[in-house]
Amino acid sequence: MEINKVSDFKKKSIFFKVSEVLVTMASKPSGFIGLSILVFHILLAFLSPYLAPYDFKAIDPTLMLQAPSSEYWFGTDSLGRDVFTRTIMGGRTALTITFFGSLIALLWGGLLGIFCGLVGGKIDDVVMRVVDAFLSIPWILAMLLIVSLLGTSTEVLIPALGFFYGKGIVRVARAATHDVIAKDFIVSARARGHSNLSIIWNEIIPNVRDAILVEGAMRWSWMLLGFSSLSFLGFGVSPPTPDWGLMISNARGLMSFAYWAVIAPIVGLSSLIIGINLTADAFAKALGIDRSTKAPV
Amino acid sequence: MEEIIQKVKNLSVGFKSQKGDEISILKNITTNIKKGETVGIVGESGSGKSTLALAMMGYVKQGLYTMEGECVFNSSNLLNMSNRELEKIRGRKIAMIPQNAGQSLTPNLKIGYQIDEALKLHTNLNKNERDKKISELLNKVRLPSPETIALRYPHELSGGQQQRVAVGMALAGNPDLLLLDEPTTGLDVTTQAHVLELLNFIAKDTGTSMVYVSHDLGAIAQVSDRIIVMYSGEIVLEGPARDILKKPIHPYTYGLLKSIPKLSLAGLPDSMPGSQPQPGAKTKGCSFYDRCNLAEDKCKKNSPNLEYVGEFKTRVRCFNYKKLIEQKSEKQSNIKRNEKNIKINEILNLTDVSISYAKQKLLDQILNKITDTNPTVKDINIDINKGETIALVGESGSGKSTILKSIAGLLRTKEGNIKFDQDRVLSNDLKKRNSSDLRAIQLIFQNPDESLNPNHTVEEILAQPLKLYFGLSGEELKNNIIELLEKVRLGKFYMARYPRQLSGGEKQRVAVARAFAAKPDIILCDEVTSALDVSVQAAVLNLLQKLKEDFGTTYIFVSHDLAVVRAISDRVAVLYQGRLCEIGPSKNVYKFPSHPYTEVLLGAVLEPDPDIKPKLVAEDIVEDKPPEKGCCFQGRCPRFLGDKCKNETPPWQIGDNGNAIRCHINIKDLEKKQNGN
Repeated sequence: MEINKVSDFKKKSIFFKVSEVLVTMASKPSGFIGLSILVFHILLAFLSPYLAPYDFKAIDPTLMLQAPSSEYWFGTDSLGRDVFTRTIMGGRTALTITFFGSLIALLWGGLLGIFCGLVGGKIDDVVMRVVDAFLSIPWILAMLLIVSLLGTSTEVLIPALGFFYGKGIVRVARAATHDVIAKDFIVSARARGHSNLSIIWNEIIPNVRDAILVEGAMRWSWMLLGFSSLSFLGFGVSPPTPDWGLMISNARGLMSFAYWAVIAPIVGLSSLIIGINLTADAFAKALGIDRSTKAPV
Repeated sequence: MEEIIQKVKNLSVGFKSQKGDEISILKNITTNIKKGETVGIVGESGSGKSTLALAMMGYVKQGLYTMEGECVFNSSNLLNMSNRELEKIRGRKIAMIPQNAGQSLTPNLKIGYQIDEALKLHTNLNKNERDKKISELLNKVRLPSPETIALRYPHELSGGQQQRVAVGMALAGNPDLLLLDEPTTGLDVTTQAHVLELLNFIAKDTGTSMVYVSHDLGAIAQVSDRIIVMYSGEIVLEGPARDILKKPIHPYTYGLLKSIPKLSLAGLPDSMPGSQPQPGAKTKGCSFYDRCNLAEDKCKKNSPNLEYVGEFKTRVRCFNYKKLIEQKSEKQSNIKRNEKNIKINEILNLTDVSISYAKQKLLDQILNKITDTNPTVKDINIDINKGETIALVGESGSGKSTILKSIAGLLRTKEGNIKFDQDRVLSNDLKKRNSSDLRAIQLIFQNPDESLNPNHTVEEILAQPLKLYFGLSGEELKNNIIELLEKVRLGKFYMARYPRQLSGGEKQRVAVARAFAAKPDIILCDEVTSALDVSVQAAVLNLLQKLKEDFGTTYIFVSHDLAVVRAISDRVAVLYQGRLCEIGPSKNVYKFPSHPYTEVLLGAVLEPDPDIKPKLVAEDIVEDKPPEKGCCFQGRCPRFLGDKCKNETPPWQIGDNGNAIRCHINIKDLEKKQNGN
């Protein structure tokens, strides 16, 4: 093979790599749909304050439970607030909190998992048993406890959700690390005398990064559902901030005659979760992690 | 006219690339397999030899499809058949023996049950007859006490025994054609020789036709009547085994045979430049053009046809094969190694080194009591001189890699010490070694796919030792990397490439460059060539030798391949079960092997020459544990003396040729006995 052009083998910049992955993801129908839904929701979260036709907290008793009309597209709720306005704004808090929550989960779960996988032995045993113990606690109970003790502010919710959803990532990161740890390039780095930190940063992270990112994306959709459940139970966002979980909870008693007030937030929530899931799936396929194929013969 | 059992006609197999181009793996293959003959298909990785063998049983790997042509067996085309129809042929008429029997036997079923399953499927025998047949089959593949073997699980057998079971299973349906895909590749030298001998016996005994696929010309030479040489999806040479091995008339085969290290020849073999073209690479003209030293303009423009030569026995795909026929059969001479660099300064001393994988109990640790009296590696005493290449050889489980790891500090020694530069004892704990000691000893691994981080570019890979040991950065770092790449004969264009964009040989060169980046005194080479193709292997060996001469580096070279060791080493240490058997200058050890184990090992080496048959002196037994006392080789020794060998550790003796051996029999007597054989 002739190699005369340096340009053929230039190290690709991170932006180039990201755009390459995005293009691969969008080239399959499921990935395209997932990405579109996700992008739509993110744009909506940014732009909804400017797009909203009404004030989300304007109460008007005369307009209680209006059916959808040309004026109020999705109707109004039991306090006479516009459901369309509240639906397009209802994802903002959930999306922000869970996004940062999953980042925290990724960071601590990923790093702890890699560390445990690398050092092994007794430290690994102890840490993993503690993680197992936490995994056995029903998260919603623990969350309720934390929230009732510390309040429902964003500063409490993000780290609390991040903590509870990071436990699963520890296991994934540790397993991914075990896959590479036996490879000779790690042995070689060890024999050269690199420190553990340098081995983690240079040798392990580039090889487990993809697996952890995909896991993080999956956790994001779970966390979104979890956060909405908290809101539904009244422990998430405090009214009058619009939130899908809260909206469903408020309107569920009136479902039989004012179905619009429930359906709109349900569609909002489920489409976002489906969007994230499809995206995470396509992401895994684009990175080549998900190699599910038929068995030969 | 002999009966033809399988006819392959104009067969092309390929796949569609993502762009929609048709890329062929096999190009227009036409050949016949006759009844009762053994055909060897040889080629380097990626030459399409396995694809051809699989097509012969009507199977095309997933993702591939038949583009053209047919495989005719019993006057029907296998490649058009439905799975139902193929079921009736596979196993009954055509059987396959895979490369790794350990993986192809179901781990949770007993051997007898698995053979019984094959019998049920392919024969109409009743239960009693099947039971009889099972022991008959196991007897045929020469497994000791078939009744007990049948009751065992696959993991309770050694690799060689598993392979024998696979052969037995393949014979269950009395097939007319037996396909063997690298059946001995994962086995030890001695086991390999035994399995090949068994296959030869079965071919004669049952009259089954065999197709033997291998990259190893040594193994092919022992079994085949006819050889097909594949290159880049084409047959380049086909003919009677003896003609092809003795006088290859295709330049590729000629070069391939020259690049194989041989026991009978000292020095390094010639290497072939370049590498096989990738499938789908635009080829106009001969596919071997880039690497051929007989190439002319004509070869670049037109691709040669497979033509008959002489008495219609041999076919060759070359315009200039006549040049090779006319060429006088010169005596092969290898590149002489420069041995002047060896200074008599000792650089590394291993004194009474023992290594154990057994964990010590906490109580024993506190009391400082040694519990494991039978460690994996025991009593290793080797003094290594500056600038020499010392090889550790032995079969799998001989502890050669274990010793290497403990020198590198990756494994703790249990007893004894390793002294560097005559005065400094190297710490047992890697973390306690100082930076200059770490720098002084570098490792090169067997498989470059695993030893290079797939997510780093070549530049990043080579930068690591330079940054760590010399703190280089910026322009200086870059210049150093370019210099290193040039030293291993890769250009600076390789800097931005990822390992997956390199061929196997190029990857190993990068690994070599990384080891030399540290300016080490000692390089530990762990089976560095065994993952490479033969022609590439020769090039890497030559490179290592050249770098050694330039820098005066000391190599500790671990290999199971005795011919490679012969080519590169100054001194050889033969290990069995973690104990030293023989150590001495390699020319003497190879010429006058004294220790019975060395004799067994050397006897089993396969040469690509039909006239040199392996000598099978010892039984094919695999021991998984060294004996508690006495000589380590007592279990397999062909010159076993009895109680003395069982109970007493043999003393060291030094022969006239400079070999030191550990044996109860007088070294002079041993030499006489072996010459007598």
